[in-house]
Amino acid sequence: MTTQTISGPHAVLQAQARWRAAEIAFWLATLLPFVLAPDYLVLASQVAIAALFVLSLDLILGFSGIISLGHAAYFGVGAYTAGLVSVHGWGEPLSGLVIAGIASGIWGYVTSFIIARFRHLALIMITLGLGLLLQEAANAASWLTGGFDGLQGIHTWPLFGKIDFDLYGYTAYSYALAVLFVVFVAARRIIHSPFGLALRGIRENGARMPAIGASTHSHIRTIYTIAAVIAGLAGALLSQTTETVSLEALGFQRSADVLVMLILGGAGRLYGGLIGAVVYMVARDQFSGLNPQFWYFWIGLLLIGVVMFLPNGILGGLAFAAERLKAAARKRPPVSAP
Amino acid sequence: MSATATSAAALSTRGVNKRFGSLVVAADVEIDLPAGVRYALIGPNGAGKTTLINLMTGMLRPDAGRILLGDDDITALPPQARVRRGLVRTYQINSLFPHLSALESVTLAVCERRGVARTWWRPLTAYRDEVDEAYGILGTLNLAAVCHRPTRELAYGQQRLLEIALALAARPKVLLLDEPAAGVPRDESNDLFAAIAGLSRDITVLFIEHDMELVFRFASRVIVMVGGGVLTEGTPAEIAADERVRAVYLGERPREALR
Repeated sequence: MTTQTISGPHAVLQAQARWRAAEIAFWLATLLPFVLAPDYLVLASQVAIAALFVLSLDLILGFSGIISLGHAAYFGVGAYTAGLVSVHGWGEPLSGLVIAGIASGIWGYVTSFIIARFRHLALIMITLGLGLLLQEAANAASWLTGGFDGLQGIHTWPLFGKIDFDLYGYTAYSYALAVLFVVFVAARRIIHSPFGLALRGIRENGARMPAIGASTHSHIRTIYTIAAVIAGLAGALLSQTTETVSLEALGFQRSADVLVMLILGGAGRLYGGLIGAVVYMVARDQFSGLNPQFWYFWIGLLLIGVVMFLPNGILGGLAFAAERLKAAARKRPPVSAP
Repeated sequence: MSATATSAAALSTRGVNKRFGSLVVAADVEIDLPAGVRYALIGPNGAGKTTLINLMTGMLRPDAGRILLGDDDITALPPQARVRRGLVRTYQINSLFPHLSALESVTLAVCERRGVARTWWRPLTAYRDEVDEAYGILGTLNLAAVCHRPTRELAYGQQRLLEIALALAARPKVLLLDEPAAGVPRDESNDLFAAIAGLSRDITVLFIEHDMELVFRFASRVIVMVGGGVLTEGTPAEIAADERVRAVYLGERPREALR
């Protein structure tokens, strides 16, 4: 405590925001698939896209306490927008990505006015309802979306006009990973800003916020729009790298999956969602290889196990274990022999 | 009660009425709080004291009547807008941010007041003035040493102080304290009220308190509420001598009046 008084108020806050060695190690590890598993780069690109999508959900659920069971709506708007832009003759990936992000952001901003007014169970129902509504609208508008058959004829041009999207997913993974990293750095910046602090305030005690002069609704609208943009980017990446979009892109299943990934990894920790995406996607790949019919059985088992034994997710459990080890090391006298 | 004091009043209510169904919780409440005064609001349980704070701060809408902050009618403003104009409250039951540290909580309140809580492209650590101000407020309430602890790990008395720190961060002109010492042991509640008494004289303070000893020690004037209405108002000595007040307390809560 004395050290805190001496160091004043700033040092601790600065330490919280600093990049840690484990973080740098994590991002270096994302390059490993290029070397260790070049046959799995397609899977790796799917993982990166899922991770981006989970990151988006973490911003609203993990950091702001806004529960959503319909987050795929924004993923879907991004996916269809990128697909449609390509189908109508413009396959340039980066500009397609930006257009998709804008489209999903607009939809996010519009719906945020409803979202900001509700909490808890009502919010689950509303996000679920909005998601189902959009899915049915996309189904009905088959002249635009291709309906149940999905959007046909997407072609993604080479990246920067030079780098082709190859069959092995080399470009796809590089592209998705680069977007994930850039967005992650931005998200990390948001979390460590005054606005990020306000979001945590809303999560911790939304009812108290007006009593310190905060307009919670406008904060929620802002972060919900940002999250929608990120979800849309993830959707766009999927349709650009796979050159297909179907209704499944904005279905309930995808909303549930992304929630599961976040809970598995640990909400409100930025990296939790990324780890959750890796575990979930790899587990799905492995389990569906074992038995294509019953892989959700294993996912269910994994989910129950994690929630029962690691209530703060995998990353929460790791952080807890690390703290325990540190505490034990501190207690133990530095004498080695008994 | 005296409608003449309007211009000098920091906060006034005019004919404020509120009912929940058939239960009248505010009946024609007319109050003027002159600037800089330390007011106590007393009355038996269910008299409508907290409800009145909720009405003044906009957590509840009155069925009729007006709330004036200085000369401005703020009846239609939402709670956060009233806070920004300097009408700030604390809560009887701690309403804090459990996983934020004391410093983070107060810094957040400072950022909201200064209008920088919307910036998401600059790191919090760049706002050194805001952090310093929050740290200063915590220092005046003896919380500097524990400012990095998560709120939920603070002792109960420290959490009560943090309630006040959050309110101070909003730079109140009028501070409404809903039982600031609720649940705090006697010796600590004295310290807590000493901190309140030490607040700048620019701040008008109204506090709800059941402990008559604290009321008589720290309030310069006392308002007595019964059944949603204002029974009487006066100096502590006047209130102590008032037969009606005695009757209310003797009738309903004998122990408290005799304490």
